[in-house]
This record gives sequence, C-alpha cells and structure tokens, in this order.
Amino acid sequence: MARPLRIVVAKAGLDGHDRGAKVIARALRDAGMEVIYTGLFQTPEQIVQTAIQEDADGIGLSILSGAHMTLFPLVLEQLKAQGAEDVVFFGGGTIPPEDADELRKLGVKAVFTPGAPLQEIIDFVESECGKRRELVG
Amino acid sequence: MADLGIDALVREFNQRRPRGLARAISWAESGRGAELIRRLYNRTGRAITIGLTGPPGVGKSTLSSAIVRKARSLGKTVGVISVDPSSPFSHGALLGDRIRLTEHFVDPDVFIRSMASRGHLGGLAGASADAALLMDAFGLDVILIETVGVGQSEIEIAELAQTTLVALQPGSGDSIQVLKAGIMEIADIFVVNKADHPMANQMRREIRGMMEMLQFTGWVPELVMTQALSGEGIDDLWRAIESHVAYLHETGEIETKRREAFTHQVRQLALGRIQKRLQHELQHARTDVDPYAAAGILLAHFNMGDDEEGGDDGDQAARPRAVVKGLT
Repeated sequence: MARPLRIVVAKAGLDGHDRGAKVIARALRDAGMEVIYTGLFQTPEQIVQTAIQEDADGIGLSILSGAHMTLFPLVLEQLKAQGAEDVVFFGGGTIPPEDADELRKLGVKAVFTPGAPLQEIIDFVESECGKRRELVG
Repeated sequence: MADLGIDALVREFNQRRPRGLARAISWAESGRGAELIRRLYNRTGRAITIGLTGPPGVGKSTLSSAIVRKARSLGKTVGVISVDPSSPFSHGALLGDRIRLTEHFVDPDVFIRSMASRGHLGGLAGASADAALLMDAFGLDVILIETVGVGQSEIEIAELAQTTLVALQPGSGDSIQVLKAGIMEIADIFVVNKADHPMANQMRREIRGMMEMLQFTGWVPELVMTQALSGEGIDDLWRAIESHVAYLHETGEIETKRREAFTHQVRQLALGRIQKRLQHELQHARTDVDPYAAAGILLAHFNMGDDEEGGDDGDQAARPRAVVKGLT
C-alpha cells in the first residue's frame, strides 16, 4: 500500500505568525499528505531532529520575521550535519526576490512568496518529495 | 542517501541511530514490517509500555510531555508514539501533538513519532504495535503511546499497553457518563487533569463514587489529580505508574499483559489480510440473492460458507476487571 508523503511544517525563531503555515499544512493534508506541525519558535536543530524522527520526506519552513537569511541556512547546515540532505527543504514567507534567489543557490529547493497559488505548492511538494520517496523507499 | 536495503537498515538500527528507528517504523507503516520484526523480535520485552487515552482536549499531549520530563529526570530513555486521526476523505492528516512536546525534540534519549490512524478505528494506528516493538528493540526504557482523542469505546490501547492511563476532563458529564463509558473500564490509573478547574473535585467524587459501587478483581485503579502544564501531580502519577508496574510483576500478571499485547497484534495482522482479501471478493459478490445468502456464498471462498450465519456477536468479551458489588 502506498504510504502518504510526510511533511514537517515548521515555524522558526521569534516569529509568531503562523496563519500561513496553518493554511499550507491544511492544504497539504487535503492533498492526502501527513503533515507534522511543530508549533512556533523552533530552533533549526529542533526542526531537523523532528524531520529525522518522523522520517519526513520534506520540510516546509515559514518565516515572516525577516530572519530568513539566518534561519534557512542554519536548517541547511543541520540537515548536512545530520546526514539528512535527502529531505526536501523548501519554504516561504515575506522574502524579497533577491534573497529568494540566494536561498535557492544555497540549496533551498523552492521559495514561495505571498500570492503563490496553493496548487503550485502542492504540485511542487508532490513531485519533489515523491522523488525523495522513490529514492529512499 | 540511497535506498536502504534491509541489511543496511538493520545495521543503522543496531548502531542506535535515530534515523534507523525512524525508517524502520516507516517500513512497518507501509506493510514491510514482517522481515524487520522477525530479525529484531528477540530483543523486545524489556520496555515498560504506558498507554494514555482520553477525550480530545483533555491534555494528553501535555501530560505526555510531563511524563517524559519525569522519566528523563530518572535517567530513563523514552519513546513516544502519538496517534492523530487521518481524514477519511483525503487520507491526509494533520499531526499536531508535537506542539506540546517541543522541549524534548533535541534530547537524544527521547524519540517521538507521530502516527496517522489511516482509517484504523480503535484509537491507534495499524502499525502502532510494530512501532512499540521497534522502540523496545531499539533499547528505549519507557514507551508512551498516546491515542487519538477518544470517546466511549476505543479501548484497544488497554490490550497493547501494560499500564493504561485514562485522562479525564473536569466538567464533562455527570455520574451516568462515568458509569457507562467503555474507556472507564480500562483504566489502571485515572488522571483528572486540569485539577485547578472548578469542577475538578466533582469529577474526582464521581469517579470515587463509581469505584465504591464496584468490586475489583486484582488491581484497584488509582486516581491522580494533575495539572500537566505546571507539572503539579506528576510525581504522584509516576508513583502510581510504578506501583502498577510493580503489581504486574509481583502477581505475574505481566505475562497476561504481554500475551494480550501479542494476541492483539496477531489479530490485527490477520484481520488486515482477511480484510484485503474480502475487499477483493466483495467486488464479485452476488447481488441477485438476499444479503445472508450472498455472505454465505462469498465466505465459501474462505472455507467458511457453512458457518452458522451468526448476527453480530460483537467482540468476544474479555473478562471485566470490576463488577457492581453484590453481583458474584
């Protein structure tokens, strides 16, 4: 039987705005995925440990605090340190286009900004995390 | 990281890498648990398994977090299996129990796994028993299994866990609720959480009142008042758990518990396979006869066609732990 894709939706640092994260979580759930929501104020280490224990196929990080250039790279670092680079790391929030480009160069698989259609996000997650699933079984 | 064959997976598991345990549970969840469990089964049987059940919103996850904190303060390693419901429509799930457990995320001696029920109805997920076995084989000392928020009849957890905690919400229902509900009969320990609630004492009286009416065979359930958020009462709760565990070992009832957990899992596995087969056969079920006849014809394929056409007998009744006084 096919096991649903498992995605960690995370909020990091001093950022209490999780409406967007909840909308994404619900959208992925409605698309048939199992979504693990971490709650607010997580450290990069907490997020990556969660992804490992939950055997998540992807991590979606939402940041609306302006700290994206700090927190996204720290999560990437943790993923590397834990040997978990196969986990698809993507994110979204109020992120200027030049920063988004920079983050993609660093290894963030996708950056979604306000106005991104939910279907586009779902399609991305299904396709990229589906590839990861095929790889690790 | 490329695909792990079973040998690589078992190696990673044996090195006690969390990723090995995480992947092993995923294998079990996707129906690939047989070979894995076969290889690891002889290492199980060491852990204490605690079940935690109760209605939605009573504070199960917050209680879990407090119990984990207590167990860690005693140097025990802990596994948490936390079950939330899957959507019956999309089959997706929003697993949110971790929100209350964040303080334990980076503790290397705590392993938390959220599981979606995936259509399983008894308050657990189909692979919860496998996950518990795997955590046991991994060497975790205490395994805490938190059910979905349950109502009055989801009592599977009592078969799987050695010690069952039933968490109750002050202000929810009167003494008749307390008397009738099925989950009330499975408690080894009643936990009235939110003990600062104005109705908490009344809840305690209701439960005491119910227990005074009953005659117990063996263990008499304990009643503990807690405020999981502040940690109030958690020491008392842990003492109650320890005394139940001690009781199980002194009386030898632990063997009965283990057998129950084993039987539970065997039944789940067998039912799963029968159900799959049944689903297949149902596509070809006769529709030109009455339902009893159709069932008989269908079951002939299972060598069961001649069975008495029983109505629904319900589950075979387990021995009750308590009956009303005066009834022998």
